[in-house]
Amino acid sequence: MNIPDSILSPAERVELRLRKLFAESGYRRYRMARFEPYDFYSAHMGFLGGRILTFTDTDGRLMALKPDVTLSIIKNYRGGEEKVSYTEKVYRDIGSSGEFCEISEAGIERLGTVDAEAQREVLALAKASLELISPDHILDVAHIGYVAGLLKETKAKSAVKAELLKLVKTKNVGGVRSLGLDAGVSSVWESLAELYGPAESLSQSLADMSLNGEMSAAAAELAGVSAGANVDFSIIRDMNYYNGLVFKGYVPGASGAVVSGGRYDGLVKSLGGKGGAIGFAVYLDSINGEEA
Amino acid sequence: MINVALPKGRLGSSAYKLFEKLGCGPIEENTRKLKFIEESAGLSFFWVKPSDVAIYVERGAADVGVCGKDILLESGADVFELLDLGIGRCRMCVAGYEGRTYDMERPLRVATKFPNIARSYYSGKSRDIDIIKLNGSIELAPVMGLSDVIVDIVESGATLRENGLAPLEEVCRITARLVANKVSYKFKNVEIKRLTEALI
Repeated sequence: MNIPDSILSPAERVELRLRKLFAESGYRRYRMARFEPYDFYSAHMGFLGGRILTFTDTDGRLMALKPDVTLSIIKNYRGGEEKVSYTEKVYRDIGSSGEFCEISEAGIERLGTVDAEAQREVLALAKASLELISPDHILDVAHIGYVAGLLKETKAKSAVKAELLKLVKTKNVGGVRSLGLDAGVSSVWESLAELYGPAESLSQSLADMSLNGEMSAAAAELAGVSAGANVDFSIIRDMNYYNGLVFKGYVPGASGAVVSGGRYDGLVKSLGGKGGAIGFAVYLDSINGEEA
Repeated sequence: MINVALPKGRLGSSAYKLFEKLGCGPIEENTRKLKFIEESAGLSFFWVKPSDVAIYVERGAADVGVCGKDILLESGADVFELLDLGIGRCRMCVAGYEGRTYDMERPLRVATKFPNIARSYYSGKSRDIDIIKLNGSIELAPVMGLSDVIVDIVESGATLRENGLAPLEEVCRITARLVANKVSYKFKNVEIKRLTEALI
């Protein structure tokens, strides 16, 4: 049976094309249970970064409506090289409204060896996913290792360090300056907050600003995989879970990112697994009628 | 074209003066128009309630906006904070009766328009509080015995003095900020950067 495009909503159309894209790239489909015990999620709130919808199961256990797919995939990861994709509905509170929402997500996870080739492949898929949503799109990249390296050079209390991360996330250059850090370190933080532009033209500045080996290595790794993307450190995420490349994709008209992903070896480790993990999710609800 | 959300009132008027540097004409007096376009500067302005600027920008209805730091702190809006405009200078303070001591055994009753700011300030001091959310005439609350103290914006302190109150602690300093929507910042990067540099 041939289904005409006209009866599908833009989000449904994108969802089906994403499934095709992921399948053709060798990603196996993954289905997850609707509920999981609450304990499983509560241990990883830093990764989820939102509230969870809970209820009591018939046997009295506290359960959660799935807030996320990545955690479950990694929990079930048995080692080796794995490529999985999913399209699921998840439930959590989003944005400043604080209301619980049903969110449609499609995404992939690549588990095992995360080398430059793997990172390039996942970024290329993120770019191809954006292309399916809108021909006009932007992919932003950053590297958590670069920030981790810079934090080591920053002599300040942990509250100040947390504040620095918040200032970089809001591109508040003046705020960084007013903290009164060492001039050398402060200028790197200020640049990190301000920096925005094509990776090709900013790679050299990132390398030049490096204060230690960790930062240089991160800058080199980022330069090696980020062709065609923009560098923007405001997209950095929880550093306990994410460790290397992070990225977000945008299309005009959506009020936030439609693609969000990164490398989270830290999450695999915290769930008792071994190896690396990189992946992304596409937020299908933010795709509106004008695109696709 | 860049959409700019301006706060209605005094702050908005002085913020708009900064935009005149970009070639925007003077504001029309005595008009009720909520939206006007400055074609030559590539800017489209609209007036909203000051406390709504952050949400207009967060949701992308405005690309950029002028917004007090108090509103940003209170709303926790997910926006880029590009520039301290240095206008609308004031302080967020705890105010009350000078020299009065409060029973530490019970939660401190705090009347405020800014419950989130008050909550985070007192939780930083590990002090239990009972928040009384009011929408105006906050100074009246301690006078009428509704609250022990207030958390509010203090400019000259005249209103406090006239009601027998005084600023007791400073929570933070407030100025107006230029904020930008995170997606607009990326798609209209050149225009927004130019705008930011012109306002410095």
